[in-house]
Amino acid sequence: MIPAQFDYVEATSVADAIRLLAEHGDEAKLLAGGHSLIPLMKLRLVTPATLIDVTHIKELSYIKEDGNNIVIGALTRHRDIEESELVKKHLPLVAHVAGEVGDPQVRNRGTIGGSLVHGDPAADLPAAALATGATMVIAGQNGERRISAQDFFVDFLETDVQSGEMLTAIEFPKHTDAGWAYEKFVRRAMDYSIVGVALQLGAKPGVALVNMSNKPHLAVSASQAIGKGAAIADVLAVINDDTNPPEDLNATVEYRQHLARVLTQRAFASASK
Amino acid sequence: MSLVGARVLRKEDPNLITGNGQYVDDLQPAGCTAMVFVRSTEAHAKIRSIDTAEALALPGVLAVWTSANIVQLANCPGGLPGLDQPLLAKDVVRFVGEGVAVVVATDRYIAADAAELIVVDYEPLPAVASLSAAMAPGAVVLHEVLGGNTVHFQDFENPLNEAFAAAPRTASMHIVNNRCAPSPIEPNVCLADWGRSGLTLWAAFQAPHHLRNTIAQYFGIPQDSTRVVAPDVGGGFGAKINFVPEFFLTALLSKEIGRPVKYTQTRSECLVAMLHGRAQEHDASVAFDNDGRILALKLTVTQDQGAYPNGTGMGLPVLTTAMAAGCYRIPAVAISWRNVVTNTTPVAAYRGAGRPEASYTIERLIDLIADETGVDPVEVRRRNFIPVDAFPYATHSPLAMYDSGNFAGALDELLKHVNYDDLKKEQEKRRQDPAAKLLGIGFSSWLEIAGFGPPGSLEAFGHLASWESAQVRIQPDGSAIIFTGASPHGQGTVTTYAQIAADELGIDFDRISVKHGDTAVVPQGIGTMGSRAVAVGGEGVKTASGRVYENAKRIAAHLLEASAEDIIIEDEKFFVKGTPARSVPWSEVAWKSFQPLELPGGMEPGALDSTVFQQVPNFSFPSGAYCCVVEIDRETGGVNIVNMYLVDDCGTVINPLLVEGQVHGGVAQGIAQALYEHMLYDPSGVPRTSTFMDYLVPAASDLPGYVTGRINTPNPSNTLGAKGVGESGSVGAPPAVVNAVVDALSHLGVKHIDMPVTPIKVWNILEGAK
Amino acid sequence: MTIRTAITVNGKDTSREVEARTLLVHYLREELGLTGTHVGCDTSNCGACTVLLDGEAVKSCTVFAAQIHDCNITTIEGAAQADGSFSPIQEGFRQEHGLQCGYCTPGMIMASTALLTENPNPTEEEIRHALEGNLCRCTGYEMIVNAVRWAAEHPNFTSGGAK
Repeated sequence: MIPAQFDYVEATSVADAIRLLAEHGDEAKLLAGGHSLIPLMKLRLVTPATLIDVTHIKELSYIKEDGNNIVIGALTRHRDIEESELVKKHLPLVAHVAGEVGDPQVRNRGTIGGSLVHGDPAADLPAAALATGATMVIAGQNGERRISAQDFFVDFLETDVQSGEMLTAIEFPKHTDAGWAYEKFVRRAMDYSIVGVALQLGAKPGVALVNMSNKPHLAVSASQAIGKGAAIADVLAVINDDTNPPEDLNATVEYRQHLARVLTQRAFASASK
Repeated sequence: MSLVGARVLRKEDPNLITGNGQYVDDLQPAGCTAMVFVRSTEAHAKIRSIDTAEALALPGVLAVWTSANIVQLANCPGGLPGLDQPLLAKDVVRFVGEGVAVVVATDRYIAADAAELIVVDYEPLPAVASLSAAMAPGAVVLHEVLGGNTVHFQDFENPLNEAFAAAPRTASMHIVNNRCAPSPIEPNVCLADWGRSGLTLWAAFQAPHHLRNTIAQYFGIPQDSTRVVAPDVGGGFGAKINFVPEFFLTALLSKEIGRPVKYTQTRSECLVAMLHGRAQEHDASVAFDNDGRILALKLTVTQDQGAYPNGTGMGLPVLTTAMAAGCYRIPAVAISWRNVVTNTTPVAAYRGAGRPEASYTIERLIDLIADETGVDPVEVRRRNFIPVDAFPYATHSPLAMYDSGNFAGALDELLKHVNYDDLKKEQEKRRQDPAAKLLGIGFSSWLEIAGFGPPGSLEAFGHLASWESAQVRIQPDGSAIIFTGASPHGQGTVTTYAQIAADELGIDFDRISVKHGDTAVVPQGIGTMGSRAVAVGGEGVKTASGRVYENAKRIAAHLLEASAEDIIIEDEKFFVKGTPARSVPWSEVAWKSFQPLELPGGMEPGALDSTVFQQVPNFSFPSGAYCCVVEIDRETGGVNIVNMYLVDDCGTVINPLLVEGQVHGGVAQGIAQALYEHMLYDPSGVPRTSTFMDYLVPAASDLPGYVTGRINTPNPSNTLGAKGVGESGSVGAPPAVVNAVVDALSHLGVKHIDMPVTPIKVWNILEGAK
Repeated sequence: MTIRTAITVNGKDTSREVEARTLLVHYLREELGLTGTHVGCDTSNCGACTVLLDGEAVKSCTVFAAQIHDCNITTIEGAAQADGSFSPIQEGFRQEHGLQCGYCTPGMIMASTALLTENPNPTEEEIRHALEGNLCRCTGYEMIVNAVRWAAEHPNFTSGGAK
């Protein structure tokens, strides 16, 4: 219930945050909405020596149109994404998924950057980022770099953000007027998915799976099949390719694979309306 | 206007809705310190060593104790001789969550840091985390003195072999009643202040006098200077009736360091350290004829006690087997039970305490009989009900002498709300349509034993007695204070008692206060448990109020120079019936009740003060008929409750708003047990559901709305006619839900599915049926 | 390490020297003595600790007091109206028996208050959805839903109120 002690510093800008990360090294963690980090700290599963609070870097909370992209600042809250007219228009999958994260209190604090960098395979927004083909913008001492969402998620709770770097923005290609769906199968409404499917149709389709692997999972074979106009049965035949579904209190591997097929089929039915 | 039966808003609410409640953790007396436990992470292990040096050295730490510090008073009261749970584990731990050490520091943050510095060296032993493991030949033994893991075995008096052999049909089931964690939103918490003038213990507890009596006896201190206070309590559900080590440890430490010591349990601790509920397995057999009439019932209950048996846990299977026959007339009933220890959290009362387990099994058996004979489950119930004219009805158990009920009537009332024929047609239609969700309709005609209880009943669980105390005392201005031994924790007892007293006394509801929970204010009491607050405690309020009213009438008659028999009251004014113009107000009667010169001959001052230790001659028998309609998603196995219809018979309803609330709350916990909650251990005794992320207490989106109805067969054991209703919902709901699920899948040959009915369980059945 | 807070709570500026790791709920309860906000779990599930942060519902057990300088917090102690009347939500809970033991109630009231600010006329489904982050063990939720509906139907409620 009580976190271990830590030193606390507040970053006033991205440059300031980068500097502080360099100064404090791997013993420091960034604090944004805190709804992935603080629960872990309260159970003392994570005990950073220093927290670098970035919540007040207002310049990282934004949603803007940039040509063919919608760019969302890393510290934009789930709730702001859920309610954004821009996102609803051009990325309805992302707006919807942001509204599915946790509960209202979580959505009032949690940020998209925090969720993506935490990299939980059972979380909602990583799947939306994968399905929509987003690009992560990462800042470090050597400037800015970009990496696809697919390459961003490296392993269980591990992303490509290196020591001294921070995620600053996510560039989503627009999917205006394209079909989409998000199927989330849960025990209780507030729970993490047992399995979830994020489906984005259109010019560059993508389907991503929640809680089907050791990291957020883009179903590459299935996405390619959809892109080639394959029949639904053929997509379902490959939806579980390269997955590594966990076995836990709620599901076996077999049940998860089954759910992935069922939910993908339902996502299609819903997206095509 | 009578307040009994009226929808009256609660007196309790203004404080609670403004954040002015006073729960134990809200108290911060001067010098208050914080206590934190170090709890075992092993289910069964020897303790080789506990290193406390680093913790003791942390600034702000005032004490670090292990069992070595409490050699003399080592055990927690409430256990069985030789099988006691120690206050802190000595040499061996027997369940994950057992307390191994405690730290007291100047604040909870430092205490938490110090606890992390304590190193316990365990030598793991084999663990038995399930009943089958504990009872297997060669299983590791938890308590050497027992020789095995069975604490007590009560065999059948007569196993009814002939009855079963002769019956046209028989059927058997093995039924699991899943272990639940009561999980009140407020975990356990206590604050001890042991100074020169004695010991005061604030505790979130359901029976403060019981705690006062026991803790004084335990420490060998007088009860007159021992005080226990249960202030506002955030739910109990039976889990806050048993004694737990923290009560005694905070007291001892307070005495030792000379400051108040507060322990606030975290939720993770609560899920392993607060007593669990249910955890029974049943072997049930039923003999019946082709018309679905039950000829004989045989039930063996195996009760998991957890690592340390306690008086309440030992009594649960007694209650379960006493109620084995439910509301049915069964010619021959054979019961047997055994209590078994396992390396898990100890088990005690949880809303219903033994009765939900009984109603679940008999109601599942009824549906099984329906399935086997082809007779409709509603009809099977009707054919077996105890009829209305059969009361008092002696059952196979001397405990259970049913005194009232109209089981067929409740079912009739229920069926007014349920379009049963339409639902069955819809069910069939959907079975033919592979794209449609399956529909299931489940009934539960349930009966329980409540209103604890007649003399001797609570003594069997270790309480002082089974009465409840009520003192009604009129103030000089004519307002009234009621002092009750009941100890409410959400039931609205203050409001209910004020309604009863207002009717009896003719004093305005807003001029009646009710005091409870503080042993220095209420001299004696038993507490709130077993749905007794209205049936016993409320009756006491009525009795005491009635006596005060009689004396008030005598004073009024004296002042009006009339005869007491001719006096009535209206709008707080006493007058002779027929002449309201000449009246004397309650305030004057009250004032003069203290003035000897004003009183009628033979009456002493202070006569408007009556104390009653209310007894009842029997338990009460609430009953009802519930119906659950579920939909099952064929592809995912997901179960969704579409409708929940609930008809209750709790006898007289004092406040329909509060009764409705109790029904909803009990039903919600019953649905939760049926679909969501399971305190699950892995084979090595490590709990897999140890936080609110994995132990699934449902939220508002996860539960349905409720359609409620009522019938009333008055309780003959009190003049109120009230049976109590607090535990009814959790008795009636689980079988309705599971019967609905099984009904939805019956066309696939499904006979039973154990709780909780999870999506994967259903999916496995659907896959298996392909 | 300690920090100095600067948080407005129920309209009053507060400033304390506290450990950086001090959870907002403990700051409210122990530093400021506002014990109406409760702790019910340690995994951010139960919502008993819900307060309003700049008018929006947050779980105060999952926020460090250090994070929120220059913010406005409203707790249950600040929920009543300026004239002392219960807020429509508070009165709705009273009218519809939306509470029993009262322990989850402050969090429920604050979460409901945030809901009605954003959606003044919610359906039953919307209410249940908005309260997904608040657990109650006593009521079975239907009367809580009724309480919120009562408040939605009586937005101008006023009375003698709490003294």
